[in-house]
Amino acid sequence: MADIHHLHPHDHDHEDGPPTYYQAMEIAVRELLIEKGIVTAADVRRAVEAMDARTPAQGARVVARAWTNPAFKARLMADGSAAVRELGIEVGPTRLVVLENTASLHNLVVCTLCSCYPRMVLGRPPDWYKSRAYRSRAVREPREVLREFGTIVEDRVEVRVHDSTADMRYLVLPERPAGTEGWSEEQLAALVTRDSMIGVALCHT
Amino acid sequence: MSAAALPVRFKPGARVRVRRADPPGHIRTPWYIRGQTGEIERVLGAFANPEELAYNRPGLPAQPLYRVRFRQQELWPDYAGASRDTLEVEIYQHWLEAG
Repeated sequence: MADIHHLHPHDHDHEDGPPTYYQAMEIAVRELLIEKGIVTAADVRRAVEAMDARTPAQGARVVARAWTNPAFKARLMADGSAAVRELGIEVGPTRLVVLENTASLHNLVVCTLCSCYPRMVLGRPPDWYKSRAYRSRAVREPREVLREFGTIVEDRVEVRVHDSTADMRYLVLPERPAGTEGWSEEQLAALVTRDSMIGVALCHT
Repeated sequence: MSAAALPVRFKPGARVRVRRADPPGHIRTPWYIRGQTGEIERVLGAFANPEELAYNRPGLPAQPLYRVRFRQQELWPDYAGASRDTLEVEIYQHWLEAG
Protein backbone atom coordinates (compact mmCIF):
# COMPACT_ATOMS: atom_id res chain seq x y z
CA MET A 1 0.00 0.00 0.00
CA ALA A 2 1.13 3.54 -0.73
CA ASP A 3 2.25 5.63 2.19
CA ILE A 4 -0.47 8.24 2.52
CA HIS A 5 1.83 10.61 4.38
CA HIS A 6 4.33 10.38 1.60
CA LEU A 7 1.64 11.28 -0.96
CA HIS A 8 0.12 14.10 1.13
CA PRO A 9 2.83 15.38 3.47
CA HIS A 10 0.76 18.40 4.60
CA ASP A 11 -2.61 16.71 4.93
CA HIS A 12 -2.98 16.30 8.69
CA ASP A 13 -5.91 14.42 10.20
CA HIS A 14 -8.65 16.92 10.89
CA GLU A 15 -9.70 15.13 14.06
CA ASP A 16 -6.36 15.63 15.80
CA GLY A 17 -6.88 17.84 18.83
CA PRO A 18 -9.99 18.37 20.95
CA PRO A 19 -13.32 19.10 19.25
CA THR A 20 -14.22 22.76 18.84
CA TYR A 21 -17.21 24.30 20.62
CA TYR A 22 -19.45 23.93 17.55
CA GLN A 23 -18.29 20.39 16.80
CA ALA A 24 -19.21 19.38 20.36
CA MET A 25 -22.54 21.19 20.02
CA GLU A 26 -23.33 19.45 16.72
CA ILE A 27 -22.55 16.00 18.14
CA ALA A 28 -24.60 16.66 21.29
CA VAL A 29 -27.67 17.92 19.40
CA ARG A 30 -27.49 15.13 16.81
CA GLU A 31 -27.21 12.43 19.48
CA LEU A 32 -30.11 13.90 21.46
CA LEU A 33 -32.34 14.08 18.37
CA ILE A 34 -31.55 10.45 17.60
CA GLU A 35 -32.04 9.27 21.22
CA LYS A 36 -35.39 11.04 21.39
CA GLY A 37 -36.47 9.36 18.15
CA ILE A 38 -36.95 12.65 16.26
CA VAL A 39 -34.53 11.69 13.48
CA THR A 40 -32.54 8.54 12.75
CA ALA A 41 -28.84 8.22 12.03
CA ALA A 42 -29.84 7.18 8.50
CA ASP A 43 -31.84 10.43 8.06
CA VAL A 44 -28.75 12.44 8.99
CA ARG A 45 -26.56 10.41 6.65
CA ARG A 46 -29.04 10.82 3.77
CA ALA A 47 -29.25 14.59 4.33
CA VAL A 48 -25.45 14.91 4.22
CA GLU A 49 -25.30 12.71 1.13
CA ALA A 50 -27.94 14.85 -0.63
CA MET A 51 -26.06 18.02 0.36
CA ASP A 52 -22.81 16.68 -1.07
CA ALA A 53 -24.52 15.47 -4.27
CA ARG A 54 -25.28 19.06 -5.35
CA THR A 55 -22.49 20.50 -7.49
CA PRO A 56 -21.84 23.56 -9.69
CA ALA A 57 -22.72 21.33 -12.66
CA GLN A 58 -26.35 22.05 -11.83
CA GLY A 59 -25.81 25.79 -12.04
CA ALA A 60 -23.84 25.33 -15.27
CA ARG A 61 -26.83 23.53 -16.82
CA VAL A 62 -29.06 26.45 -15.83
CA VAL A 63 -26.67 28.98 -17.38
CA ALA A 64 -26.22 26.99 -20.61
CA ARG A 65 -29.99 26.66 -20.97
CA ALA A 66 -30.43 30.40 -20.46
CA TRP A 67 -27.75 31.13 -23.09
CA THR A 68 -29.48 28.98 -25.70
CA ASN A 69 -33.17 29.41 -24.89
CA PRO A 70 -34.48 33.01 -24.65
CA ALA A 71 -37.88 31.95 -23.31
CA PHE A 72 -36.22 29.97 -20.49
CA LYS A 73 -33.94 32.91 -19.75
CA ALA A 74 -36.96 35.24 -19.45
CA ARG A 75 -38.60 32.84 -16.98
CA LEU A 76 -35.30 32.47 -15.09
CA MET A 77 -34.91 36.22 -14.65
CA ALA A 78 -38.56 36.62 -13.59
CA ASP A 79 -38.59 33.73 -11.08
CA GLY A 80 -35.32 31.85 -10.60
CA SER A 81 -36.77 29.21 -8.28
CA ALA A 82 -39.58 28.22 -10.67
CA ALA A 83 -37.27 28.13 -13.70
CA VAL A 84 -34.61 25.87 -12.13
CA ARG A 85 -37.36 23.50 -10.94
CA GLU A 86 -38.12 22.98 -14.66
CA LEU A 87 -34.67 21.35 -14.86
CA GLY A 88 -35.52 19.04 -11.96
CA ILE A 89 -33.45 21.00 -9.42
CA GLU A 90 -34.77 20.94 -5.84
CA VAL A 91 -34.89 24.53 -4.56
CA GLY A 92 -35.73 24.32 -0.85
CA PRO A 93 -37.05 27.10 1.38
CA THR A 94 -35.04 30.09 0.12
CA ARG A 95 -35.72 31.82 -3.20
CA LEU A 96 -33.32 32.01 -6.12
CA VAL A 97 -32.64 35.37 -7.79
CA VAL A 98 -30.58 35.37 -11.00
CA LEU A 99 -28.29 38.33 -11.75
CA GLU A 100 -27.35 38.84 -15.39
CA ASN A 101 -23.91 40.12 -16.32
CA THR A 102 -23.90 42.37 -19.39
CA ALA A 103 -21.45 44.57 -21.28
CA SER A 104 -22.17 47.34 -18.76
CA LEU A 105 -22.81 45.41 -15.51
CA HIS A 106 -20.77 42.90 -13.51
CA ASN A 107 -22.42 41.20 -10.52
CA LEU A 108 -20.58 39.80 -7.50
CA VAL A 109 -22.17 37.79 -4.67
CA VAL A 110 -21.11 37.73 -1.01
CA CYS A 111 -22.70 37.06 2.37
CA THR A 112 -21.13 39.42 4.89
CA LEU A 113 -23.07 37.99 7.84
CA CYS A 114 -22.28 34.30 7.40
CA SER A 115 -22.09 32.10 4.29
CA CYS A 116 -25.50 32.26 2.50
CA TYR A 117 -24.89 30.64 -0.87
CA PRO A 118 -27.12 29.24 -3.65
CA ARG A 119 -26.45 25.65 -2.58
CA MET A 120 -29.39 24.36 -4.64
CA VAL A 121 -27.48 25.18 -7.83
CA LEU A 122 -23.83 25.32 -6.71
CA GLY A 123 -23.51 22.83 -3.84
CA ARG A 124 -21.34 23.76 -0.87
CA PRO A 125 -19.48 27.07 -0.91
CA PRO A 126 -15.69 27.18 -1.30
CA ASP A 127 -13.73 27.92 1.88
CA TRP A 128 -12.69 31.38 0.67
CA TYR A 129 -16.33 32.38 0.31
CA LYS A 130 -16.75 31.87 4.07
CA SER A 131 -13.50 33.61 5.01
CA ARG A 132 -13.54 36.91 6.89
CA ALA A 133 -11.27 38.43 4.26
CA TYR A 134 -13.66 37.77 1.36
CA ARG A 135 -16.79 38.64 3.36
CA SER A 136 -15.47 41.98 4.54
CA ARG A 137 -13.51 43.04 1.45
CA ALA A 138 -16.01 42.06 -1.29
CA VAL A 139 -18.38 44.85 -0.22
CA ARG A 140 -15.71 47.45 0.46
CA GLU A 141 -13.18 46.97 -2.34
CA PRO A 142 -14.80 44.61 -4.86
CA ARG A 143 -12.59 45.60 -7.78
CA GLU A 144 -9.44 44.86 -5.79
CA VAL A 145 -10.88 41.48 -4.76
CA LEU A 146 -11.80 40.72 -8.39
CA ARG A 147 -8.27 41.65 -9.48
CA GLU A 148 -6.84 39.17 -6.97
CA PHE A 149 -9.02 36.51 -8.63
CA GLY A 150 -7.50 37.57 -11.97
CA THR A 151 -10.68 39.33 -13.08
CA ILE A 152 -10.25 42.86 -14.39
CA VAL A 153 -13.48 44.82 -14.81
CA GLU A 154 -13.11 48.05 -16.77
CA ASP A 155 -14.21 51.27 -15.10
CA ARG A 156 -16.96 51.84 -17.68
CA VAL A 157 -18.62 48.65 -16.37
CA GLU A 158 -20.64 48.97 -13.15
CA VAL A 159 -19.65 46.52 -10.43
CA ARG A 160 -22.71 45.62 -8.38
CA VAL A 161 -22.15 43.68 -5.17
CA HIS A 162 -25.02 41.65 -3.75
CA ASP A 163 -24.88 41.07 -0.01
CA SER A 164 -26.96 37.96 0.57
CA THR A 165 -28.39 38.73 4.00
CA ALA A 166 -31.87 37.23 4.21
CA ASP A 167 -34.26 34.97 2.30
CA MET A 168 -32.86 35.24 -1.26
CA ARG A 169 -30.01 33.31 -2.80
CA TYR A 170 -28.15 34.78 -5.78
CA LEU A 171 -26.77 33.13 -8.91
CA VAL A 172 -24.78 35.15 -11.44
CA LEU A 173 -25.63 34.52 -15.09
CA PRO A 174 -22.23 35.15 -16.72
CA GLU A 175 -21.85 36.56 -20.22
CA ARG A 176 -21.71 33.96 -22.97
CA PRO A 177 -18.19 33.92 -24.46
CA ALA A 178 -17.80 35.17 -28.03
CA GLY A 179 -17.20 32.55 -30.67
CA THR A 180 -19.56 29.96 -29.19
CA GLU A 181 -22.37 30.42 -31.74
CA GLY A 182 -23.97 27.10 -32.58
CA TRP A 183 -22.49 25.26 -29.57
CA SER A 184 -24.69 22.70 -27.85
CA GLU A 185 -25.95 23.18 -24.30
CA GLU A 186 -23.56 20.46 -23.11
CA GLN A 187 -20.56 22.15 -24.75
CA LEU A 188 -21.55 25.51 -23.27
CA ALA A 189 -22.16 24.09 -19.78
CA ALA A 190 -18.54 22.88 -19.74
CA LEU A 191 -17.39 26.54 -19.94
CA VAL A 192 -19.41 27.63 -16.90
CA THR A 193 -17.35 27.47 -13.72
CA ARG A 194 -18.44 27.80 -10.09
CA ASP A 195 -16.49 31.03 -9.72
CA SER A 196 -18.18 32.60 -12.76
CA MET A 197 -21.56 31.96 -11.12
CA ILE A 198 -20.40 33.66 -7.88
CA GLY A 199 -19.09 36.54 -9.98
CA VAL A 200 -15.36 36.38 -9.19
CA ALA A 201 -14.52 35.11 -12.69
CA LEU A 202 -15.68 35.34 -16.31
CA CYS A 203 -16.43 32.50 -18.71
CA HIS A 204 -13.88 31.79 -21.42
CA THR A 205 -13.57 29.33 -24.28
CA MET B 1 -49.04 37.71 0.63
CA SER B 2 -50.78 36.12 3.57
CA ALA B 3 -53.17 37.98 5.87
CA ALA B 4 -50.47 37.85 8.55
CA ALA B 5 -48.21 40.20 6.54
CA LEU B 6 -47.73 43.90 7.18
CA PRO B 7 -48.67 46.28 4.34
CA VAL B 8 -45.88 47.32 1.97
CA ARG B 9 -44.72 50.89 2.73
CA PHE B 10 -42.16 51.54 -0.02
CA LYS B 11 -42.32 51.30 -3.81
CA PRO B 12 -39.44 50.65 -6.21
CA GLY B 13 -37.43 53.84 -6.66
CA ALA B 14 -38.32 55.23 -3.20
CA ARG B 15 -35.46 56.75 -1.17
CA VAL B 16 -35.06 54.98 2.16
CA ARG B 17 -32.75 55.23 5.12
CA VAL B 18 -31.69 52.22 7.15
CA ARG B 19 -32.29 52.74 10.87
CA ARG B 20 -29.16 53.29 12.89
CA ALA B 21 -29.91 50.98 15.78
CA ASP B 22 -28.05 48.35 17.75
CA PRO B 23 -30.61 45.97 19.26
CA PRO B 24 -29.40 42.69 20.78
CA GLY B 25 -30.13 39.34 19.18
CA HIS B 26 -30.08 37.82 15.71
CA ILE B 27 -30.05 40.77 13.32
CA ARG B 28 -29.88 40.35 9.52
CA THR B 29 -29.13 44.03 8.81
CA PRO B 30 -25.36 44.30 8.36
CA TRP B 31 -23.67 46.89 10.57
CA TYR B 32 -22.03 48.78 7.69
CA ILE B 33 -25.40 49.58 6.10
CA ARG B 34 -27.10 51.02 9.21
CA GLY B 35 -27.78 54.74 8.91
CA GLN B 36 -27.16 54.69 5.13
CA THR B 37 -29.54 55.99 2.46
CA GLY B 38 -30.42 54.04 -0.67
CA GLU B 39 -33.18 53.29 -3.13
CA ILE B 40 -35.73 50.46 -3.24
CA GLU B 41 -34.74 48.19 -6.14
CA ARG B 42 -37.63 45.72 -5.75
CA VAL B 43 -40.15 44.42 -3.27
CA LEU B 44 -39.46 40.74 -2.61
CA GLY B 45 -42.60 39.78 -0.68
CA ALA B 46 -43.25 39.24 3.01
CA PHE B 47 -41.19 36.93 5.20
CA ALA B 48 -41.39 35.93 8.85
CA ASN B 49 -39.13 38.19 10.92
CA PRO B 50 -35.82 36.34 11.43
CA GLU B 51 -35.16 38.27 14.65
CA GLU B 52 -38.18 36.42 16.10
CA LEU B 53 -37.63 33.09 14.32
CA ALA B 54 -34.19 32.90 15.93
CA TYR B 55 -35.93 32.54 19.31
CA ASN B 56 -38.44 29.99 18.03
CA ARG B 57 -41.26 32.54 17.90
CA PRO B 58 -43.54 32.71 14.82
CA GLY B 59 -42.14 35.99 13.47
CA LEU B 60 -45.58 37.25 12.49
CA PRO B 61 -46.92 39.48 11.13
CA ALA B 62 -44.51 38.85 8.27
CA GLN B 63 -42.24 41.75 7.32
CA PRO B 64 -42.06 43.00 3.74
CA LEU B 65 -38.52 42.40 2.48
CA TYR B 66 -36.84 44.73 0.00
CA ARG B 67 -33.71 44.83 -2.07
CA VAL B 68 -32.18 48.23 -1.47
CA ARG B 69 -29.51 49.66 -3.76
CA PHE B 70 -26.73 51.89 -2.43
CA ARG B 71 -24.00 53.87 -4.17
CA GLN B 72 -20.60 52.58 -3.13
CA GLN B 73 -19.11 56.08 -2.95
CA GLU B 74 -21.76 57.04 -0.39
CA LEU B 75 -21.09 53.95 1.73
CA TRP B 76 -17.31 54.28 1.82
CA PRO B 77 -15.85 57.80 1.66
CA ASP B 78 -12.52 56.40 0.42
CA TYR B 79 -14.08 54.03 -2.15
CA ALA B 80 -11.48 53.51 -4.85
CA GLY B 81 -13.65 51.92 -7.56
CA ALA B 82 -15.76 53.56 -10.27
CA SER B 83 -18.42 56.12 -9.28
CA ARG B 84 -21.12 53.99 -10.95
CA ASP B 85 -20.49 51.02 -8.64
CA THR B 86 -23.38 49.90 -6.45
CA LEU B 87 -24.26 47.47 -3.69
CA GLU B 88 -27.57 45.74 -2.98
CA VAL B 89 -28.74 44.33 0.33
CA GLU B 90 -31.98 42.69 1.46
CA ILE B 91 -33.54 44.66 4.26
CA TYR B 92 -36.75 44.03 6.22
CA GLN B 93 -39.27 46.85 6.38
CA HIS B 94 -38.96 47.52 10.11
CA TRP B 95 -35.34 48.58 9.47
CA LEU B 96 -36.33 51.22 6.89
CA GLU B 97 -37.65 54.75 7.11
CA ALA B 98 -38.39 57.29 4.36
CA GLY B 99 -35.02 58.74 3.27
